[in-house]
Amino acid sequence: MIDKNSRTILSVQGLHARINGTEILKGIDLTVKSGEIHAIMGLNGSGKSTFAKVLAGHSAYEITGGSVQFEDNNLLELPPEERARAGLFLAFQYPIEIPGVANTQFLRLAYNTVQTKRGKEELDPLEFDDFVREKMKLLEMNPDFLDRSVNEGFSGGEKKRNEILQMALLEPTLSILDETDSGLDIDALKTVANGVNQIANKDNATILVTHYQRLLDYIVPDFVHVMQAGRIVMTGGKELALELETRGYDWVNANKSVTGVIA
Amino acid sequence: MSDLASTDYLGCLLKSWPIKSTESLSWLNQLRAQAIDRISTQKLPTRRDEEWRFTDISPLVHLPYQPSQPECNLHAHDIEHLTLKEAKNRLVFVDGHYSSNLSTIIDATALVIGNLPEFVATHASTLESHLGQHVQFENNVFAALNTAFLRDSALIIVPKNIAIAEPIHLLFIATQNEVTSYPRCLVIGEAGSNLTLIEDYVALQQATYITNSVTEISLAANAQAKHIRIQRESMQAFHLANCAVSLAHASNYQSISISLGSQISRYNLNVRLTDEAAECVVDGLTLISDRQLADTHTCIDHIKPNGTSRQLHKCIVDDAAHAVFNGKIIVHPHAQQTNSSQSSRNLLLSKMAQVDTKPQLEIFADDVKCAHGATVGQLDQEEIFYLESRGLSEKAARNLLTYAFGAEIISRIPVTSLRQQLEQAVLNQTQSN
Repeated sequence: MIDKNSRTILSVQGLHARINGTEILKGIDLTVKSGEIHAIMGLNGSGKSTFAKVLAGHSAYEITGGSVQFEDNNLLELPPEERARAGLFLAFQYPIEIPGVANTQFLRLAYNTVQTKRGKEELDPLEFDDFVREKMKLLEMNPDFLDRSVNEGFSGGEKKRNEILQMALLEPTLSILDETDSGLDIDALKTVANGVNQIANKDNATILVTHYQRLLDYIVPDFVHVMQAGRIVMTGGKELALELETRGYDWVNANKSVTGVIA
Repeated sequence: MSDLASTDYLGCLLKSWPIKSTESLSWLNQLRAQAIDRISTQKLPTRRDEEWRFTDISPLVHLPYQPSQPECNLHAHDIEHLTLKEAKNRLVFVDGHYSSNLSTIIDATALVIGNLPEFVATHASTLESHLGQHVQFENNVFAALNTAFLRDSALIIVPKNIAIAEPIHLLFIATQNEVTSYPRCLVIGEAGSNLTLIEDYVALQQATYITNSVTEISLAANAQAKHIRIQRESMQAFHLANCAVSLAHASNYQSISISLGSQISRYNLNVRLTDEAAECVVDGLTLISDRQLADTHTCIDHIKPNGTSRQLHKCIVDDAAHAVFNGKIIVHPHAQQTNSSQSSRNLLLSKMAQVDTKPQLEIFADDVKCAHGATVGQLDQEEIFYLESRGLSEKAARNLLTYAFGAEIISRIPVTSLRQQLEQAVLNQTQSN
């Protein structure tokens, strides 16, 4: 939702990053305000997942230029855990399996760590159990998933629901969803989208990183950005995603200089 | 170590043991005599032996420890912290000698449980056909020594179609310094029976001693057994153990062995699937630090068709410790439709830590499914990042992942109080501050 009185949550300017000496991000500019949903689209290798990981603080990437302001924080100076505690959340494309640790144990640890750092009360296991079960209803998750090891043996759809569950628990100001739609059937996609829509409000913001337009039928973005070779080459409204779907990414190449940035 | 030293060592050990002639038990004396015969033709293994390539036990030769004497001064309250509330039946052996005072047997009608000598008269034919018949001591000097010195032994016979709901705790407590003890177990599951067994090696103080144990488990058709083995000896101890398991038709054996203690330990587990459709699960966790050496050798022997085996062995190695895993899987020519998988996963927590892992598949049948894999490494950077992105510090992330690595095995133990004890042990050893 675009609102004139909104505040800026994220401001990225001229961001450059490389991994193992190869430059992947070559000057990204992006402003995200409260209440907004942004979609970043692009082909494999365009740098969109790298952008998501760089924002979350993945140590494999070296920042070689630019700045990122996240609310009152110089984001690039913070280690990943501080970014999470400050309210940034990344839903992983490939969530990690942790055999030997019960999901509920992990969720409570993450929740309490973040709560404590935000100066709030921790929940004991019983209180947390009530709280998490309420949130699970939002995602139509079976409570059995609490006792199973983190993501172990979960289907693709279950892993993604578990990511959105963590997002619901940690109440981030900025959520970045990296290819959350990949590997989901249509029912799972609707459930996950429904969860994201319920979490989104006028005080937080969401960035959806996706290859396909399909997800945007269910989570309607205010802005669509197209990434190519490490840059955002085109920005438009929700209709841009449909345009891409019918015309393909080649069309972007022919029109990027004409259309330019229209946001 | 020179051959001479080795021979002297074994000779010295043998001289020390007055073999009592127990008149009517000619078969038992014969068994001991056979074992002594075998010892006189063997030497202590050295690193020149393929089976001992990674494990140097030459320090042992300097320690010709005499057999422990039965001198138990323990009272129930001394071992209270070692008992498990789920286990109603408990056999306690102190330095290898049975202690009836410390043992609790509440179920003597449903099954045979107690110290072997109490049953040699009444169960002679059963014992004769099992005792020393599963473990191979012909080429195994430690199993031969144990058999030569055989006297007390845990004995459990679960009768046909009887399921024992509560776990049975076999508690082997080391108390004496500079002795060798020879614990022994014989477990017989008759057809269709079901049993959960906890074989637990503990020390009451940080003494230096040798434990040389032999366990034999025989499961008849459709019998099931869960076997949880915990080695938490003194950090100065030497632990040399042989376990032989024989599985009949459609029987099911599940083993979880945890190695925590001893300066040098070696566990040989041999599982023979002697008839069709037998199944086994063999899981293990080695968690060592300082200069400990822990060697696990397993052999899963598929002799007949349609057998299943699954194995997950994990090692967490810190400081300058050294873990060895050798997992042999044999599939005989007639053992078609065998389904076998083995995974060896190892986590090194320091630059000096060392792991030698060796999967060894010997497959002589052509219609089988056998998978194996081994990994050695440090914690995965992606896993750490995942936890950091949820607000955990790098240290908290590393601690959690290290704990989880061990907890995956521990979580399979079906006895809650034991599982909690071991989770705490893993926590204590994996959490840096």
